[in-house]
Amino acid sequence: MRDSLAVVWSIGRKDLLLEVRNKEIIVAIAGFALLVLVIFTFAVDLNQANARLVGPGVLWAAVAFAGIVGLNRAFALEVEGNTLEGLMLAPISRDLIYLGKALGIFLFLAVALMVVLPVFAVLFNLIVFRWEMLAISFLTIIGFSAVGTLFAAMSVRVRAREVMLPLLFLPVVTPLIMTAVESTAHLVNGRSWSDMSQWLQLAVAFDVVFLVVSAFIFQHILED
Amino acid sequence: MVTTAARFAIEARSIIKNFGDTAVLRGLDLSIPPGEVTVLVGANGTGKSTLLRILATLTKADSGSASVVGIDLAENGPLVRGLTGSVLHAPMLYSDMTVRENLMFFAALYRLSNVDDLIERFANKVGIESRLDDRVRTLSHGFQKRVALARALMHEPRILLLDEPESGLDAVSVGRLDDLIDEYRSSGRTVLMTTHVVEHGLEIADRAVVLTGGVVVLESTSPALDRASILAEYSPTRESTTKRDRRP
Repeated sequence: MRDSLAVVWSIGRKDLLLEVRNKEIIVAIAGFALLVLVIFTFAVDLNQANARLVGPGVLWAAVAFAGIVGLNRAFALEVEGNTLEGLMLAPISRDLIYLGKALGIFLFLAVALMVVLPVFAVLFNLIVFRWEMLAISFLTIIGFSAVGTLFAAMSVRVRAREVMLPLLFLPVVTPLIMTAVESTAHLVNGRSWSDMSQWLQLAVAFDVVFLVVSAFIFQHILED
Repeated sequence: MVTTAARFAIEARSIIKNFGDTAVLRGLDLSIPPGEVTVLVGANGTGKSTLLRILATLTKADSGSASVVGIDLAENGPLVRGLTGSVLHAPMLYSDMTVRENLMFFAALYRLSNVDDLIERFANKVGIESRLDDRVRTLSHGFQKRVALARALMHEPRILLLDEPESGLDAVSVGRLDDLIDEYRSSGRTVLMTTHVVEHGLEIADRAVVLTGGVVVLESTSPALDRASILAEYSPTRESTTKRDRRP
């Protein structure tokens, strides 16, 4: 078990190291998400009521669409250098490759969200720095990473991958986006923990199901 | 689980592999005893690389079975990968990481210990010790190939799969590679390699296997002596892959 975790961490850490050097993925995710937030501040009259109404939806839609940009790039890099095959040559179960890549994408999204959330709080004048937001963000980006890693691997060898990935990814993560939007809406409207807990339970179920199912499917899509 | 007494280091039975309508391997049978250096020769598209990719568990055969030291590839991929080291066409390295970082990363995936010592040892062996802290993108193709070789050797596999290992290497590096292959043979381990430098391949091999049209057409246990018949059978211009019969 400890060996497996070490392998998963090695893959995730490697992705992070490459990102520190290339600055391709996090900059793309954060930049795209910030752009969407800024555009919406001009499009909507952001008084307090409107900000509470549309803010959560804008935030998570921006993160979901921006995440696709990062997902595409995260796997394209492995395929361009044939390094995915290098990973496949290692004497490890291929679900560990999946978990390692998902960890990398999780870390990218987490860092991007650390940039996006403060800007969102300022632009929409909403208080989001509460531990509940940490839980919402954590559960949502786990689900994004779980589904996104699988579909990014599936679409990476397809010629029209930039089109294919959103078509596969967005319908599947829609329940998770809804969960994130609803629980964030509860948070910014000052509702209690018990109000949002059912949404968070849904997110936990989504994450567990998709991590297990995706890890299983991933092994098969790696091979021709 | 590892069957040390397995009769063959590599065994393939009735391997069929198609890519779309193109049949690449058409019922290939191959048995390679342990401790031998076997060279696979054949024209482009005869299925040499595909066979190595199947044995390296990068791709699956459509039908047939293959085993490494008696372990079925389909049943225990991770164990088989631990017993084999592969250098295929692409170096499969992260170009924005240094050579050392690449080797450390793969050592972690192979769960190796004493990694620093291992890296120094194998870097010396393949002649990359002076470039360990350079990023891979600054290396020539030949150097990258040497790094790939070091990665394949680090876990000291019992079987080495080499797909045209001499491509991109200078004469000195080819000499080093020959020494390495010799060392492998003398330690009772097995090497299966493809080459387009057929004459050289026949000189260093204990066994030569000629592939044509996805099947073995000739096998020789004294390739240096059988050179003429091997070269007669091996024809780089021969049309090798065939379109499958389309069934109604």
